[in-house]
Amino acid sequence: MFLVKKGNKFIDILLLFLTFLKVGAFTFGGGYAMIPIIQREVVDKRKWVNNSDILDILAISESTPGPIAVNAATFIGFKVGGFFGSLFATLGLALPSFIIIYIISFFYKTFMEWTLVQAAFKGLSVGVIILLLNAVFKLKSAVKTNWLGVLLFTIALAVMLVLNFLQIKVPMITLILIASGLLVGIVATLLSRKEKTK
Amino acid sequence: MIYFELFYIFFLIGLFTFGGGYAMIPMIQEQVVGKGWMSEAQLTDFIAISETTPGPFAINVSTFVGSQTGGILGALCATLGVILPSFIIILIVSLIMSKFLNNRFVKGALNGVKPIVLALILSTALLFMVRVLLFGGNSLYSVDVMFDRGALGLLLLLGGLVIIKKKVFKKGLNPIMLLLLSALCGLILFS
Repeated sequence: MFLVKKGNKFIDILLLFLTFLKVGAFTFGGGYAMIPIIQREVVDKRKWVNNSDILDILAISESTPGPIAVNAATFIGFKVGGFFGSLFATLGLALPSFIIIYIISFFYKTFMEWTLVQAAFKGLSVGVIILLLNAVFKLKSAVKTNWLGVLLFTIALAVMLVLNFLQIKVPMITLILIASGLLVGIVATLLSRKEKTK
Repeated sequence: MIYFELFYIFFLIGLFTFGGGYAMIPMIQEQVVGKGWMSEAQLTDFIAISETTPGPFAINVSTFVGSQTGGILGALCATLGVILPSFIIILIVSLIMSKFLNNRFVKGALNGVKPIVLALILSTALLFMVRVLLFGGNSLYSVDVMFDRGALGLLLLLGGLVIIKKKVFKKGLNPIMLLLLSALCGLILFS
């Protein structure tokens, strides 16, 4: 039994490494772009976490220091495979970046001027937009659709859009919004508890 | 020794950057350009490339700066530096959380935060869409508004394909395939 468990763990860690290698290789244009890949590989294929967990993981990854992709990889890695799981998930995530950028660094001026690169990236940008919108669509089923949830969603969305369009910079706005959400959640739990004891 | 300096600087950057790689740019400017390790122009180039290459922005930039200032060992030190704070902190958070997962208030708090996170992702998607369609991928208002018909066309085309695949073929979307397809279309249509 013990041997079987150990074998499983080893395979899990290997799978974590390979899965996050994919995530690292196909995340373009910023941390959130990893979400669709993680959904496909981690939620749908491996079933290590579900969509609801993804939202929690993102909230934590946004609230802690460091790149959100690294935070998410470490978190999921730990859940699946403990310390070594998180280690190899993070390594897998970082490796494609490291290799590709290291190679490009030798001829980066030329790389930048390659119109092919710019053209491909424009296409990729469009792809990322579609993937992000699709991700929102898939994730919304994991959110409770009570009036409070809808209200929080609408307010947060409005705040982000308005601040960006008016070009008002509020430092750590994402942190503030997340903290507000946590607070409202706690208060809501408190109030519902009061209701029950009445 | 430059290697230890790189590790230390990027460790600090990793430790004090919240909510996404881009927030680290001012710190990098201060530390790296300030020390004269590279020019402002070089850093701007690195940032541009790090945005377009695969992988997390923070890791791309660290590897870049590290390799330019200290070769492969420099790249390793910088990248390890930026990753380490995240790694340690998340491990601690994971350990703590596993004890409190069934707490009512933790559950309640997480329920409150989920719609916020969803809104953040949607706003990112929408703002990115505006950037690509109206500002050629640059930050809002940093350049004149120029409506990009090609990008809109591709968006509608690929979007339509995804919807058809879902409704007609009942098959989910494969993100990697979509990315490869969109890169290919980009190469064909935009070069």
